[in-house]
Amino acid sequence: MIKYDALMQVLSKQRGKALVVPTMTAGASWSQTSAAPSRDLPISGAMGKASSFALGLALAQPDTSVIVLDGDGSLLMNLGTMATIAGKRPKNLYHFVLNNGVYAITGGQPIAADGIIDFSEVANGAGYAATFTFDDIEDFAGRVSEVFATEGPVFVTFRMQPEVQNEPIGRRPRDPRARSTVAAIMDLRKELRTL
Amino acid sequence: MTTQQALLSPVTILRQFKKNGVTHVVYLPDSETNHLFLAMEEDPDIDVISVGREAETMAIAAGLLVGGKKPVCLVQNTGMMESGDSIRGLGMDCNLPIVMVIGYRGWTRWGITPDSAARLTEPTLNAWGVHYYLVEHDGDADRISLAFEEAARTSRPVAVLVGDEYHGFNRPNLDEERRRVQAQTGRG
Repeated sequence: MIKYDALMQVLSKQRGKALVVPTMTAGASWSQTSAAPSRDLPISGAMGKASSFALGLALAQPDTSVIVLDGDGSLLMNLGTMATIAGKRPKNLYHFVLNNGVYAITGGQPIAADGIIDFSEVANGAGYAATFTFDDIEDFAGRVSEVFATEGPVFVTFRMQPEVQNEPIGRRPRDPRARSTVAAIMDLRKELRTL
Repeated sequence: MTTQQALLSPVTILRQFKKNGVTHVVYLPDSETNHLFLAMEEDPDIDVISVGREAETMAIAAGLLVGGKKPVCLVQNTGMMESGDSIRGLGMDCNLPIVMVIGYRGWTRWGITPDSAARLTEPTLNAWGVHYYLVEHDGDADRISLAFEEAARTSRPVAVLVGDEYHGFNRPNLDEERRRVQAQTGRG
């Protein structure tokens, strides 16, 4: 099992100029680690659609790597995205699913088919160019260069240690420094010069 | 209005897309749009992205917009209803000018239809606060440009409802269809 902080540390060191689209649990963890927030765009407003957004971004910016940090519950809400991504074959898209087996931000209820579904096998069957699975951070750290050197669309399952939140969303403390999604979009469009 | 004008040609829609600089059409097929799909597939300037479910279209379009492209979503009204969270969470809350061309399944000019998809289309858009333009025939084509202009001006999603109640876009042979209508009505 991989801890969120450890995964984010490895990704942060290896991302280079990649654009990163995190969602749900990964969003909070990534925002505390990323050294290039102007190239990040956390997506949480449309449930399950971070990978679809990332596909559009990857097609619009074909010379830039795009990494989506998806959740397993999020991916299950939009499983057809895997066929759409495989069909368009974006060479620069890296679809990472953080498979913790639960809906972590709603109290830890298990996802459908927890322990049964193999997301990398689904991606393989859908037609991604390459798939990987990691359950050990040292293993991933040793092969991360190989992952990013592989032509996309690449799919990676990370078996994660759940970090469950039980407080209702409305009562959770908000980081006053956190950007709104609108602000993050403006920052990214300035960065990409697409305004 | 002549019978000829009553037709809404797929070519008219495609011209409007190109006039407005559309780079990508993100779509899910429906019974009204097959002929338009064939026209788009033949056009080298437009990239067609076929999805598995309509709600993907708005999210993909959002990514394309942020990345500097100009997409349009093409779905049926049933798919628009399925896409509510994407329209809300990405189009409206993120201030993105997503233009949605929506096949108005079940629409009739006299307003009586057994199809709940048609009865609920405009009330749903009104509830969401999404402005829309109705396009029935080629003479309405400029309304598509108005939709693109409004979306850009307001940074909000805008809909184009395609209410071609007789034919949709699904005409295997437009010329033959025109001749048939002329023979029936005696007008051209």
